[in-house]
Amino acid sequence: MGLGYLIKRVLTMVPVFFAVVTLVFFTIRFAPGGPFDEERRVPPEILENLNKKYHLDEPLYQQYFRYLGALAHFDLGPSFKHSNRTVNEIIAEAFPISFELGSYALLWALLIGLAAGGLAAFKPNSLFDYVPMSISIAGICLPTFVIGPLAILFFGLWMEWLPVAGWDEWPSKILPSLTLGFAYAAYVSRLTRGGLMEIRNQDFIRTARAKGLKESTILIKHSLRGGLLPVVSYLGPAFAGLLSGALVTETIFNIPGLGRFFIQSALNRDYTVVMGTALLYFTLIFVCNFIVDVLYVVLDPRVRYE
Amino acid sequence: MAPILDVRNLKAHFHTRRGVVRAVDGIGFSLEKGETLGIVGESGSGKSVTQLSILGLLPSPPLKIESGQALFGGMDLLQASPSQLRAVRGNKISMIFQEPMTSLNPYLKVGTQLVEPLVQHRNLKKKEAWAKAVVSLEKVGIADAESAMNSYPHEFSGGMRQRVMIAMALTTDPELLIADEPTTALDVTVQAQILDLLKSLQKETGMAIILITHDLGVVAGMADRVLVMYAGKAFEYGTTEDIFYRSQHPYTSALLRSTPRLDTEVGSLPPIGGSPPDLMRLTGGCPFYERCGHRMDDCKEIFPEVKTFAETHRSYCHLKELPQ
Amino acid sequence: MTGTDLSIDTNLKEDTGGVSLWKDAFRRLLKNKMAVIGGTFLLLEILLAIATPWIAPYDFEAQNLELWVEAPSMAHWFGTDTLGRDLFTRVLYGGRISLMVGILASLVSVVIGVTYGAISGYLGGRVDSFMMRIVDVLYALPFIFLVIILMVYFGRNIYLLFVALGMTQWLTMARIVRGQVISLKEKEFVQAATSMGVRKSTIIFKHLIPNCLGPVIVFMTLTVPTVILEEAFLSFLGLGVQAPMASWGTLISNGVEVMEIRSTVLLFPAMALGLTLFSLNFLGDGLRDALDPKGAKD
Repeated sequence: MGLGYLIKRVLTMVPVFFAVVTLVFFTIRFAPGGPFDEERRVPPEILENLNKKYHLDEPLYQQYFRYLGALAHFDLGPSFKHSNRTVNEIIAEAFPISFELGSYALLWALLIGLAAGGLAAFKPNSLFDYVPMSISIAGICLPTFVIGPLAILFFGLWMEWLPVAGWDEWPSKILPSLTLGFAYAAYVSRLTRGGLMEIRNQDFIRTARAKGLKESTILIKHSLRGGLLPVVSYLGPAFAGLLSGALVTETIFNIPGLGRFFIQSALNRDYTVVMGTALLYFTLIFVCNFIVDVLYVVLDPRVRYE
Repeated sequence: MAPILDVRNLKAHFHTRRGVVRAVDGIGFSLEKGETLGIVGESGSGKSVTQLSILGLLPSPPLKIESGQALFGGMDLLQASPSQLRAVRGNKISMIFQEPMTSLNPYLKVGTQLVEPLVQHRNLKKKEAWAKAVVSLEKVGIADAESAMNSYPHEFSGGMRQRVMIAMALTTDPELLIADEPTTALDVTVQAQILDLLKSLQKETGMAIILITHDLGVVAGMADRVLVMYAGKAFEYGTTEDIFYRSQHPYTSALLRSTPRLDTEVGSLPPIGGSPPDLMRLTGGCPFYERCGHRMDDCKEIFPEVKTFAETHRSYCHLKELPQ
Repeated sequence: MTGTDLSIDTNLKEDTGGVSLWKDAFRRLLKNKMAVIGGTFLLLEILLAIATPWIAPYDFEAQNLELWVEAPSMAHWFGTDTLGRDLFTRVLYGGRISLMVGILASLVSVVIGVTYGAISGYLGGRVDSFMMRIVDVLYALPFIFLVIILMVYFGRNIYLLFVALGMTQWLTMARIVRGQVISLKEKEFVQAATSMGVRKSTIIFKHLIPNCLGPVIVFMTLTVPTVILEEAFLSFLGLGVQAPMASWGTLISNGVEVMEIRSTVLLFPAMALGLTLFSLNFLGDGLRDALDPKGAKD
């Protein structure tokens, strides 16, 4: 993979990014209703002042360019609803929580998924295969907003093992991150099993055996790399899924993360927060897909991008 | 001189959910230093399974060794522990396979794969192993071996990959090389090159070769002895001259008639009618019964005893003598 | 790539036994127990959804605050919700909405995806690579966030929901159909039509698309659960269908609020959604294996 490809890849994302900014900006602005609609008792003069303060009285194109100009300095503007706070501040406060949640969830997904999938591939058609693979169907079919409440109900309310809301001490982080990671653990386990099973039947594994290599060497050196490629290429979509899954998880578990902010701001028409958060999400997903692609090329020498 | 590999009455069956597949059913052969044994048969005749089961390369279950011995250097390979077998594989006995395209690990550099047998069996350091591997790549005729070591398999053609496989098999100077259809997947011109290479390497190192093939033409040019297999059974075993000029088995002679030679007229190659039997539904009789032009009543029920024609020539057929 | 494993050779026109191919597939499908169970369940559910207005025991809006989150009883099979409404009735109506959104939005995605893919594959060359490059770029975008923004700012209009959700799902469909069309257009019957001067649009819609039906059907059975999930996701967040209408997602989110007091308010709609998704997945898997016996797993 040449450096040229990397640069080209980044460059193609620039117009896409602009398209997204433009699309989201005008969608929000053309929609009926504004951020201060609900505050009905606000006298017209104050409303005017508010509009002036946030430049909402300017023509739309001017607002658009103002936004772009600020964006060039990574300034996402002030929040309309949380007075005296900027979007940057809100993100700086809420994003680390979401990031932590997502990281733990991904960690669960990889830990559980790789272990269960590896075990299933090691002992196919045994209980070690059937049990986790059956559970994984549940993980794939049942959405986070069903798994989450059920987990709360069972582990929190009936068993009283774990706290069911908030984000402070470590016990409070277990259920939300498990809930969010469960579906991905299910996918990872299936992909791991499938990948390893397929590799096991490859001719080059037989060659490795014929060379008299130890089983552990065959597994680690010859099987894992190819067998885990499906998991690696799944990480991109998984990451995007984690972001949207976090919206639900944070709502269910009452976690003050960015996802909850996004939903609340969308409902409140807090333009700048919605914009800023959405743009952050897009950027994250782009960066993550990019990393996954690079990783894929590093792992599979046959793949070359132009 | 004692044979380096002596296989007797090997029976290896697959126990599947649908029934028992008698993939190898009473095979014996032996092989001396520097000799080449050709094992010939249609696909599914058990020729590969024979070799793979001797080296313990088939998963068990479903494979089960029912009986037999495979003596190699005073050890019965069929009784050997997994670690004993590992010490032999890729060391004293190496193997190369039919599909050079898929037999090398696509994710690892050629060099990484080439040094593995040396590191495993000779306890060499990476560096020494690397140097030796370069030499063996040069021996199989790969120019610029140093850069080949740093390449990935997909950067080579099929013929080159098979050369790499051979180099890898020979880094440890094995006493026996098992070549399972080494040229089947290659172009005809490349086939000849690879076979010539094997021959010259054999002359140089004095290793024995077991050459598994369905192509009698390949055997004729390479082998000292030939074992003809059908449906898991040995049908005929003898020197190459015995098999090609004095065949005593209807299957062998049918096989010979269906092989093109320089002097055959176009359109005069009679194929063998019918198809091999289902290995799960074998009766006690001769498995070739349905397709045989010389079948007799006995053939249906009883598998023939061995008939010895010369010291080196054995055949399994009820016929007193095959009409030439 | 998701597309490749769905490329099924269902070459109806060329294969004289075209009808028996489908019959064959159907026979294979019937052998798959889970798929049959799933299919039967779905059929039942669709019938229920159609018949809901006539068979629902109560009015789905009728509130009765005296019956606040009642336990299941003979009068109210699933109990009642936070406004005293009959939960069984609500689950029936919710199913109607969920299934309708699932099927209609999938159809939207099929129409867009098939048209786009067929045109791209048929025209080939630069147009094709440009159109596919667009698909590649769009793949990287998290559509669900755009849908959220759309739903928020343009009101929770159910028709917008069909279109918006359909828009999120057509990309893979376009890739699959493109692949099929590229292989089909080399076939004799298409070349024959071309040489006879048949119009391009006729070739695409009369000859190429009908022959992509197998993979399209398989992929659609996989799209329906995805869309149902997305709709439930939006409704759960309060961004889906508008009150007093309710989909299963809305019901689940209501159930979460009172699950400490009465878990059945959560469990019944969760079960309805869960069983539907299981059934769709099993049916989808079954169909894929039935239409593509070679690609069947293990």
